[in-house]
Amino acid sequence: MNVIVCIKQVPATNEVKINKQTNTIIREGIESIINPFDMYAVEEGIRIKEKLGGKVTAISMGIPSVVDLLRETLELGVDDAVLLSDKAFAGADTLATAYTLSMGIKKLGKYDIILCGKQATDGDTAQVGPSLAEKLGIPHITYVKRIEKIEDRKIRAQRMTEDGYEVIETTLPALLTVVKEINEPRLPSIKNKLRAKKAHIPIWTAEDINADKRLTGLNGSPTKVVRTFVPDMKIDGEMVQGSPEEQAAYLVQKLCKLYFKKTS
Amino acid sequence: MEYFLTEEQEMIKDLAKRIADEKIAPVALEYDEKGIFPRDIVNILAQSDLCGVYIPEEYGGLGGGIFEMALVVEELSRACGGIALAFAGTGLGIYPVILFGNEQQKEKYLPDIASGKKLAAFGLTEADAGSDAAGIQTTATKDGDYYILNGTKQWITNGGEADIYTVIAATDKTKGSRGFSAFIVEKDTPGFSFGKKEEKMGIRASATRELIFEDCKIPKENLLGREGMGFIVAMKTLDRTRPGVAAQAVGIAQGAFDKAVKYSRERHQFGQPISSFQAIQHMLADMAIQIEAARALVYATCRTIDAGAKNFSKESAMCKVFASDVAMKVTTDAVQIFGGYGYMKEYPVEKMMRDAKITQIYEGTNQIQRNIIALELIKAASRSK
Repeated sequence: MNVIVCIKQVPATNEVKINKQTNTIIREGIESIINPFDMYAVEEGIRIKEKLGGKVTAISMGIPSVVDLLRETLELGVDDAVLLSDKAFAGADTLATAYTLSMGIKKLGKYDIILCGKQATDGDTAQVGPSLAEKLGIPHITYVKRIEKIEDRKIRAQRMTEDGYEVIETTLPALLTVVKEINEPRLPSIKNKLRAKKAHIPIWTAEDINADKRLTGLNGSPTKVVRTFVPDMKIDGEMVQGSPEEQAAYLVQKLCKLYFKKTS
Repeated sequence: MEYFLTEEQEMIKDLAKRIADEKIAPVALEYDEKGIFPRDIVNILAQSDLCGVYIPEEYGGLGGGIFEMALVVEELSRACGGIALAFAGTGLGIYPVILFGNEQQKEKYLPDIASGKKLAAFGLTEADAGSDAAGIQTTATKDGDYYILNGTKQWITNGGEADIYTVIAATDKTKGSRGFSAFIVEKDTPGFSFGKKEEKMGIRASATRELIFEDCKIPKENLLGREGMGFIVAMKTLDRTRPGVAAQAVGIAQGAFDKAVKYSRERHQFGQPISSFQAIQHMLADMAIQIEAARALVYATCRTIDAGAKNFSKESAMCKVFASDVAMKVTTDAVQIFGGYGYMKEYPVEKMMRDAKITQIYEGTNQIQRNIIALELIKAASRSK
């Protein structure tokens, strides 16, 4: 089983700062870490390899220093890593990022499963995973909380929903985005740390992956960030006064009214 | 203090620290309270390759020595001295094989210890043979291709949890300690059973049980070294593993000190943090001095041993005595700095004080250690005359 795990560097903070002029994330001066959701993808990739054999490759698009983060995935047990880095990739939106990753993955060769975190903690778009699957022309399952089985070139997984989960089966190769419920990421091992220290992590440019520069970076990014905001999830609340009995009676009456209004 | 660790030692220490902070610290109080054996933590140590730091590379380990083992024990003990013992007790149990095992024995037993698949334990102490190890009553009688073991070992760390036990038994009672031999006994050998789990004052996440041998038949290939070498096996092993106890003591002391410093800055009395009072400041300073001195002695002893020194009984005993006395003092002072809260189980330092006490007692009481030190001093003086 050849597994590819996509990772993204994100600022090591919960408070993402936005550049008011460009409406994009300020990354300068903040320590970078691997997007926490991607760590679950890395762990799942290693588990698949441990169970079914094969190889795990980590890939990322980013600035040259992302090599250090890719090295961290090797410390955990990932076999190989490659970074896609080029000035032509700078300023990419999710579409251009998905295109660039797809070209890098095509160069990597044969694969069975691609794993991504459900979303990144900085942009929170959750778009790159599904877009990448589209670019590669393979099926995808998002928000995977458990892989039930991988057998006969098929994968069956539990996909988390608001109120439970769905079981989805698809053919391989496929792309999965994972949620944190899927596993508990391991810590590095000494032997892998020693291996990672010496490992060569290649950096591939636009030319190396035959990427069309009109489709990468800022050139390939139709997205214009007009405004960033947290969606307003306004829920009308009502405080009920009185004794517990009075409150309960009021609540029952209110709920009955709502229920009958809906069903009538 | 800069101890000039190698890059690999630095790596081992950092990883052990991470496991202590992220995995052990959150469960330490619960495991202590309920006496839970830390099988989950052992698995994490195994996955991180730390179980094999002191095992030679040809048997799947990382090829380090006592120093690497001590670094792991120290870091784990900062979070919980009891949980650290699953690792340290295995070291004590398997060192006889590393030191005296033949090729077949090493090949059979060391790889599973290095991978963390199996744990080990050391069986020397008996009801009437503690400080006076020569009082061992357990016997091993040769019977063709087997030895038949009879007797009971007491207070054995990792008892019941370990898979491999090194046991000291008398093969010739007429010769006293020169009639002792060392054996490897595997769990589930017929005639080998365990007594109840002891309820201890501290290190409660560690399992302590009796090993009971009733006509327990083991193949003669399980003899370590030769017949009559048992006492030597035990003493040489303990000389090497005492720095492990010392490292455990340093770790417990450091853990308590860290908590005390943090608390002294948070706790306000008379309108200011108690860390602003000289009475507290001097206590903290003394604690730090003692811990650093203990650590320096432990590290220097480990390096002496790993460099291949011939006789280091004195140094090994010195670091064990000093570090364990420091741990007792520092943890007691940490409870004092916490005041009434320190005496409460919801706060972590009373556990550390309970855990510290055992380091003055086991693997040779501090009184016996002082005997060893004095004896070596007198021997050296008589030689130089």
